[in-house]
Amino acid sequence: MSSASSTTSGAAKPASTRAKPASKWEAAADWTDGRLGIYSLAKANLRKIFPDHWSFMLGEICLYTFIIIIMTGVYLTLFFKPSMGEVIYDGSYVPLKGIGMSEAYASTVDISFEVRGGLLIRQIHHWAALVFVAGMLVHMMRVFFTGAFRKPREINWVFGFLLLVLGMFDGFFGYSLPDDLLSGTGIRFMEGAILAVPLVGTYVQMFLFGGEFPGHDIIPRFFTIHVLLIPGIMLGLLVAHLILVFYHKHTQWAGPGKTEKNVVGMPLMPVYMAKAGGFFFLVFGLIAAISAIASINPIWAYGPYRPDQVSTDAQPDWYMGFSEGLIRVMPGWEISVWGGHTLNLGVFIPLMVVFPLVLVSIAVYPFIESWITGDKREHHILDRPRNAPVRTALGAAWISLYLVLLIGGGNDLFATHLHLSLNAITYFVRVGFFVVPVVTFIVTKRWCLGLQRRDKEKVLHGRETGVIKRLPHGEFVEVHAQLPQKDLHTLTAHEQIQPVQLPAQTDENGVARKAGVLTRTRAKLSRGFYGEGSQIPKPTAEEHHEITSGHGHH
Amino acid sequence: MAALVVLLLALAATGGLYAAFAPASKAQADVTAQSLEIEEGKKLFAVGCSSCHGLNGQGSSDGPSLVGVGTASVDFQVGTGRMPAQQPGAQVPRKKNIYSQAEIDQLAAFVGSLGPGPVAPKAEQYTSTNPEDISKGGELFRTNCAQCHNFAGQGGALTKGKYAPSLEGVDAKHIYEAMQTGPQNMPSFPDTTMPEEQKKQIVAFVRHTTSDEPNPGGLTLGSLGPVTEGLFGWIFGLGTLIAVAIWVAAHTTKAKKS
Repeated sequence: MSSASSTTSGAAKPASTRAKPASKWEAAADWTDGRLGIYSLAKANLRKIFPDHWSFMLGEICLYTFIIIIMTGVYLTLFFKPSMGEVIYDGSYVPLKGIGMSEAYASTVDISFEVRGGLLIRQIHHWAALVFVAGMLVHMMRVFFTGAFRKPREINWVFGFLLLVLGMFDGFFGYSLPDDLLSGTGIRFMEGAILAVPLVGTYVQMFLFGGEFPGHDIIPRFFTIHVLLIPGIMLGLLVAHLILVFYHKHTQWAGPGKTEKNVVGMPLMPVYMAKAGGFFFLVFGLIAAISAIASINPIWAYGPYRPDQVSTDAQPDWYMGFSEGLIRVMPGWEISVWGGHTLNLGVFIPLMVVFPLVLVSIAVYPFIESWITGDKREHHILDRPRNAPVRTALGAAWISLYLVLLIGGGNDLFATHLHLSLNAITYFVRVGFFVVPVVTFIVTKRWCLGLQRRDKEKVLHGRETGVIKRLPHGEFVEVHAQLPQKDLHTLTAHEQIQPVQLPAQTDENGVARKAGVLTRTRAKLSRGFYGEGSQIPKPTAEEHHEITSGHGHH
Repeated sequence: MAALVVLLLALAATGGLYAAFAPASKAQADVTAQSLEIEEGKKLFAVGCSSCHGLNGQGSSDGPSLVGVGTASVDFQVGTGRMPAQQPGAQVPRKKNIYSQAEIDQLAAFVGSLGPGPVAPKAEQYTSTNPEDISKGGELFRTNCAQCHNFAGQGGALTKGKYAPSLEGVDAKHIYEAMQTGPQNMPSFPDTTMPEEQKKQIVAFVRHTTSDEPNPGGLTLGSLGPVTEGLFGWIFGLGTLIAVAIWVAAHTTKAKKS
């Protein structure tokens, strides 16, 4: 009935030259397109092709947990009071009755025990935040180890890096808000880091806290940063990140029919709309289930923050754990300069020098690699990690350093639960900080080269079938089967970069030419990355032909 | 009449004399019982403790002098199974106690006789009936104890293999005695620095926080703070999600091969 009337009214327009809309949905779409011009946008993008691989869904995990965090965060802001005004607790949680605390803490306890669904939402918010940052790190590892950061995606890599760092800090500001004993200790830690900055440290500290620690300003200020400033920037970066993914098109694994100029996969609509939509609900469901099962940040057990109190097991959330490791293993160096000015190197070096370096090394890597290779071409086909041994080994070394620092950050729990000496762990981390990444680098590189050799062997001699044949003269041999053409292509599709050569010692006129330090460094690094001993020459078609066409068996 | 007076006087004198002598003889009996207990304790001590602490509790290179440690100390160390020690090491751990309470009392009587020290508490000293004691005890606990024993009494690491033990399942009396005597690496909290009332409140908080009452948030993950939460989040949060992603990616529409 109503659809009939709308059709009539549409047809009644004398100026309309368009065909009659078939339904009111089409009419609605038409109305929208007339005002927003989304038709061409949708036409171009709804059928956009994406390649299919589980590792391409890691970014989705981050996106969905981010959405979950925003949704639950909005609910929490309805009940949270970002104030350091003092109140006496008089709620339902008996072990805190009659204790003085800040309004921030009291309202968080109320969210946990008085607000309907409050504790579940708080736990979803916090668990999703842990998974969000973990997801970003793993997503970046995927991009790193497959070389997906190469041109044209360097800028998007930097956007991703900024999202990771902002996510870490927003997490820190977020878990600082409840003003419980643990988070207050974390803020004190941060204050120490600021104070350790030479010259300006004390001024910055006074400015940030509005006076002596803890003052009354820090929680309201963190609140604004946590719910407005950083999420706003992150949302903008996230949109830019996704636009660039659309613009660059997604990378893909090497394979038959896949080139640098195409994308082989399935269309966004309907395949990925359905899969991504479904995946969102799986992510939300799983996070909600975990939040219903396991407690996180039990602030009622920590008690309210008081500067004269502290509890052991005072660690930050995992993504800040490496800073905790740095400070725990750093010797307490302190020197006095220019007549009595203290320079607290024991805090300054780990938190203001090494901490940023660990992070910035991620951000700059694509630019360093492209400088070394001098490669100006676009890359849309992913590298298998083994085919870039030095890059893979560098990434593994970074991860090993990160893990060593995490052990340092949790040294007390490693001590109690593995029955080790706390001091022994600390010394291990001090040495391991320098040694473990080097060992990891060497082992990983050898490992990659071994895998390359195996690939070469497989291409040239086929795969082992497990069938043992006995020859007439008694010798046993295993029958090898040729790989299908598809696999031969995949295993040999990668190109092998040749090291940069130093320019000739003399120019065309025979005049000696001196290579600058940078040029020489670059050539040296390039040899290290791609020279002999850093890659196994891949089998050529001729080699393959010679072996397979020649002398029958194996 | 005179006879009556004499009788009354005689009765009074007898009663008075009895009253004068009776407590003395009871005290005599007490002393006998106590010395018996000390005697028994000394025998037990010679068997179980003297190899390190010396036959008279004077101490040796393997164990400290026990003069003046008090009965509370013996009740704690033996009652929690720490003493007799299993082996030397960074710290003597809690283990199964093989002495009966009567035997522990005898040992305590012997060690107590070596010199005055903290006395094992009576039940009313460590048993709180006031529910407000829990929150007051919590505040005291976070000020004095949590830096080693953790906010929920789960214990924590000290230097070189030493540790603050978990307070889970520890008797109220033993918690009280630990504060009195400061065993091993723990500082002591005598009544002069921490009044009896506050000790009772701390005991009330510890008993409440380590009780089996369900945690409002679900699994406690050991009540060890963000380290175990991070481990749990990585394994069961992101780990499961990656498994789900692999599952989703493996189930997809495939172009039909004709």
